[in-house]
Amino acid sequence: MKAAAFAYLRARNIGEVFAALAEHGSDARVLAGGQSLIAALNLRLSEPRLLVDITGLSELRGIVVTPAGLRIGALTRHVEILRSAEVARHAPLLAQAVPHVAHAAIRNRGTIGGSLALSDPAAEYPAVALACGAVMHLHGPDGRRDVPAEAFFRGLYETALGETELLEAVTFPPPPADARHAFDELSRRHGDYALVGIALRAGLRDGLVRNLRAAFVNGGLRPVLATSAAAAAEGLPPAEAAEAAAAALDRDLDPPGDHHASAAMRLHLARVLTRRAIHSIGSAA
Amino acid sequence: MDNPLSDLDRPNSYIGRSVPRPNAARLLAGQGRYVDDLRLPRMLHAAFLRSPFAHARIVSVDTAAARAMQGVAGVFTRADMDGVCTPWVGTLAHFTGLKSAPQGPLAGERATWQGEPVAIVCARSRAEAEDAAALIDIEWEELEPLPPLAAALEAAPLHPELRDNLAFTRAVDVGGADSAFALEDSVVVEAAFRTGRHTGVTLEPRAILADWQPGEEKLTVHHSFQAPHMMREVLSKHLALPEAAVRVVCGDVGGSFGIKVHIYPDEIATCVASRLLGRPVKFIADRLESFTSDIHCRDHEVAARLAVGPDGRLRALEMDDVTGIGPYSVYPRTSAVEGNQVVNLTGSWYALPAYKARLRVAFQTRTPTCQYRAVGHPVAVAVTEGLMDLAAERLGMDPAALRRLNLIPDDAYPHTSPAGLRFEALSLQKSFDKLLAMMDYDALRRDQAEARSRGVYRGIGLASFVELTNPGPAFYGIGGAPISAQDGTMVRLDPGGSVTVSSSVTEQGQGTEAVLAQVVAHQLSIPVKDVRVVTGDTERTPYGGGTWASRGAGIGGESALQAARALKANILALAGAVMQADPSDLDLRDGQVVDAAGAPRMAMAEVGRLGYFRVDLLPPGFQPEFSVIRHWLPRQYPFAFTNGAQASYLEVDPDTGFVKLLGHWVVEDCGTVINPLLVDEQVRGGVVQGIGAALLEECLYDERDNLLTGSMADYLVPMMGEMPDIAVGHVETPTKESVLGAKGAGEAGTAGAPAAVMNAINDALRPLGAAKIQQQPATPERILRALGKV
Amino acid sequence: MSETILRLTVNGEAVEATAPARTHLIDFLRERLELTGSHAGCEHGVCGACTVRVNGDAVRGCLVLAAACEGAEVWTIEGLTATGEVAALQEAFRERNALQCGFCTPGMIVAAAELLRDVKSPTREEIRDHMSGNYCRCTGYHAIVDAIETASRA
Repeated sequence: MKAAAFAYLRARNIGEVFAALAEHGSDARVLAGGQSLIAALNLRLSEPRLLVDITGLSELRGIVVTPAGLRIGALTRHVEILRSAEVARHAPLLAQAVPHVAHAAIRNRGTIGGSLALSDPAAEYPAVALACGAVMHLHGPDGRRDVPAEAFFRGLYETALGETELLEAVTFPPPPADARHAFDELSRRHGDYALVGIALRAGLRDGLVRNLRAAFVNGGLRPVLATSAAAAAEGLPPAEAAEAAAAALDRDLDPPGDHHASAAMRLHLARVLTRRAIHSIGSAA
Repeated sequence: MDNPLSDLDRPNSYIGRSVPRPNAARLLAGQGRYVDDLRLPRMLHAAFLRSPFAHARIVSVDTAAARAMQGVAGVFTRADMDGVCTPWVGTLAHFTGLKSAPQGPLAGERATWQGEPVAIVCARSRAEAEDAAALIDIEWEELEPLPPLAAALEAAPLHPELRDNLAFTRAVDVGGADSAFALEDSVVVEAAFRTGRHTGVTLEPRAILADWQPGEEKLTVHHSFQAPHMMREVLSKHLALPEAAVRVVCGDVGGSFGIKVHIYPDEIATCVASRLLGRPVKFIADRLESFTSDIHCRDHEVAARLAVGPDGRLRALEMDDVTGIGPYSVYPRTSAVEGNQVVNLTGSWYALPAYKARLRVAFQTRTPTCQYRAVGHPVAVAVTEGLMDLAAERLGMDPAALRRLNLIPDDAYPHTSPAGLRFEALSLQKSFDKLLAMMDYDALRRDQAEARSRGVYRGIGLASFVELTNPGPAFYGIGGAPISAQDGTMVRLDPGGSVTVSSSVTEQGQGTEAVLAQVVAHQLSIPVKDVRVVTGDTERTPYGGGTWASRGAGIGGESALQAARALKANILALAGAVMQADPSDLDLRDGQVVDAAGAPRMAMAEVGRLGYFRVDLLPPGFQPEFSVIRHWLPRQYPFAFTNGAQASYLEVDPDTGFVKLLGHWVVEDCGTVINPLLVDEQVRGGVVQGIGAALLEECLYDERDNLLTGSMADYLVPMMGEMPDIAVGHVETPTKESVLGAKGAGEAGTAGAPAAVMNAINDALRPLGAAKIQQQPATPERILRALGKV
Repeated sequence: MSETILRLTVNGEAVEATAPARTHLIDFLRERLELTGSHAGCEHGVCGACTVRVNGDAVRGCLVLAAACEGAEVWTIEGLTATGEVAALQEAFRERNALQCGFCTPGMIVAAAELLRDVKSPTREEIRDHMSGNYCRCTGYHAIVDAIETASRA
């Protein structure tokens, strides 16, 4: 089970990346932490001609607080997010989610940019980015552009990234003052991809649920924001909101069915997680 | 002093002592020598092209492009091998009616499972071999896969010459079952029990390095394997080489569990390729090909019912097992053994007056199945103990009380089970009582009730069981297989007083070598560090069966004991001759020959010096014999049965169907415990394999018989995060067949754990009115279905 | 074949070697440097047998390209044994028989050493959580948890 042959380029600056991507097009793949890509290479599920290693680009690292929110460089590793006081303070939903990402050895190497750019519906970060209304910062040969998470995740392993573009960073805007957060997922074993997961943010004013944003891991072929559930829950006390949101979920989700779980099972579990998440924000101080 | 068992009580006895394994420090330092760690001059790496279809005709094969690739030394198909290697058929004479088709090292005209090897590429590196394999052009004509299990029996025969897809069938009826079920006051419970297909997932995959040396006309095979002498016989026979021209070496083996005791086409093909190329060829199965080419196991559908009197006494058990084995019965152990064991074992640990059973073994177009840890036991135990819980519920009896009432009494041995199993001596009642005490059964019941009052659903599952160990020739040899039931150990005194032991049993991490060293050190009264053990080399060890069916300590250990005793007699004879003393007045103590008063008279090193370097000082005609070999096998009983009991305590989340394991308890009676540390870890490892079966592991196929669970992300093995701590206790009922009294301990954990877990799940769900779950693994989805929530 | 020239530090020694670009770190260590203590168990990042230390972090060696280790500091079980850094863990594993076939063991030790670096006296649950990416088919894990717990108190 050895990877097919490829050439390897360790990019020294972002210009080299753009040039390589422009020259090789879909025959080239960008290598960040490699925790998904190298497994796919070993399995020969992916056979690029060229790997462009961007891990030497220091401008893609780092966590900084900006007026627009918490900006996290694409090469920031899961373990750095896990240990970051800034993340805990400014992006609490992300902080709740990161312990669920794989195992320690994977978290030591895998990056937030790699995870977001892969757009795996079973991964945690895309759902968190959606629930938080995060903004993706893309950089290409023609310049930079920002894409909101809602527009970034387009389908199974499909994003708004152009063939020659890199995901440079992601910004998590400051959550509303009254926001409460809940991340939960159900996986068969620690660190496995979840059968279903939920990333939820909502306000609680006068004991009523407001502005709920819930995004689901494995709720469909791409991370899904449950807008019907949010509408159903709006303005209800948590216990009622939980039931109403759960009941509405079939309008939002179209979960995959496979040998791990049927679609019906995933929908059921999504409802369970929705109820639990809304209860938890309702009971949290 | 004449009774060596009496010195088991000596403070410095090595029997019953937790001595760390001598090979542990080396493995901890990364100094293992597994097959993949070996490199030989001019060595090539093999990769296989495997069938992407479950069933397909091979219309044509074009290997030209692969052969032309730089770095490729050879590409072979079945046609290239037919003159070098004869086919084999996986049948045994004592399994009357068992049939299978000839099988060769590569698929011939047809592939019959997804993953069957079709062509082998030998190249400078594994990566290049894979590159070349991708260039082999095969024209396939896809054929229909066989339908699942019972339906396969009605389908057109996979092998037309065999006429149907029934590989083997057996019926047992000791009489009385029909009438017992018909009795008006019989309480009858019944259920369908499904055990999924599993596979072994040894962390070190299968591995072989075949080295044909043309100059010597000799084949040396470095093999990750459990039974080197068997492999040698098979290679000798099918490659038409004298036995002495084949050497099989098993160094460090990274887990086996029965996976590495069968003849695999790709491993034979690797040996043939080495012979054809005159160069060493290494084949290391990668994880993906492991899932489709390692043997699978289980895959049983059992319909069973139990009749119980109103007093709770068992009256009759009836079961019907259909199992699937893939397209061939695996050579040479055959694939009929697991089903046969299910029929033999079901219900056998209870006082059961009547028993009726039928087994049907079907061919399938899936990976071949064969013997894997606890062969048949998990199925038989889950069926029996599942029925016991159903009966207890119907009778309104406590499940522990119902079991206690029906277990074969501890004073009722020897005992013969309805299917004809002979039990020398078991401790079913004592073990069960000890289990209840260890787990504090009553306290757990109180905790369960308290939890339920909070809406938390916990369950207790119990299972008693027997385990077949130390098999004699009746297992395989009688049927014509080249599988030795005896083992041999050579014990050699070295001149300086240390001892070298070589044995035909093998080490895959169980601690076989530690056990042999302890037995020998104990007999000779020397420090265990002065004993070196060699295993796993057909040129350097006595002939014997190897390690499988929980036989290493029981059979290999006894042969070591007998050899050490013989060596001791020879040592004392020399000492007696030198000291002009009667050897029967002498003994060995702490590295010294001692006299009847226990006074040291001669150090072992002095014995060695005289025996090897100064024979001239010994009386004329006295020849020291310091290399002694003894072979041993059990003869009075075909198997040494062990017994035990297990309990599981767990919590089910009725909203998600997720199961959280809270505790697990085992009491095991494997006779004399030589090294508690090793035995306990055998039990714990086995338990977790059983938990894997009950909750996680399953080889799933789609409707075209494509394997859906062909990676470690899809086939879920137990990992550390979900497994519980496991309490292990012992009862010791030594077998009287051997001096050592040890029976096997390797499979008990796997035998009993699934039943305990399944019963605990059903116990947890009882207040929710759920349907019973008798399908393993009990996945969250199956649990939610039983609750009617999905 | 696209060979890459690599300069890195392995077990404290400077190493210069070539490897095809597609070679993952474990094959590089095992085949080019003859450091066979690290094992390839699944090569898709699930089993943890290949866990080695790269730039101070325990990582899955099968998910790291050798080519990406230019300039890196790599430690394997051989080096960690030689320095004595993992001696307490090794002794605890040996005493407790927390290994059987030994194939997972080097990866277990590297992963456990990282836990003990970060957490002084981990609970059994923390041990099970941290080690949940390392597969062992032999032991049932209980003994491994015991051994790590013992080593943490050494």
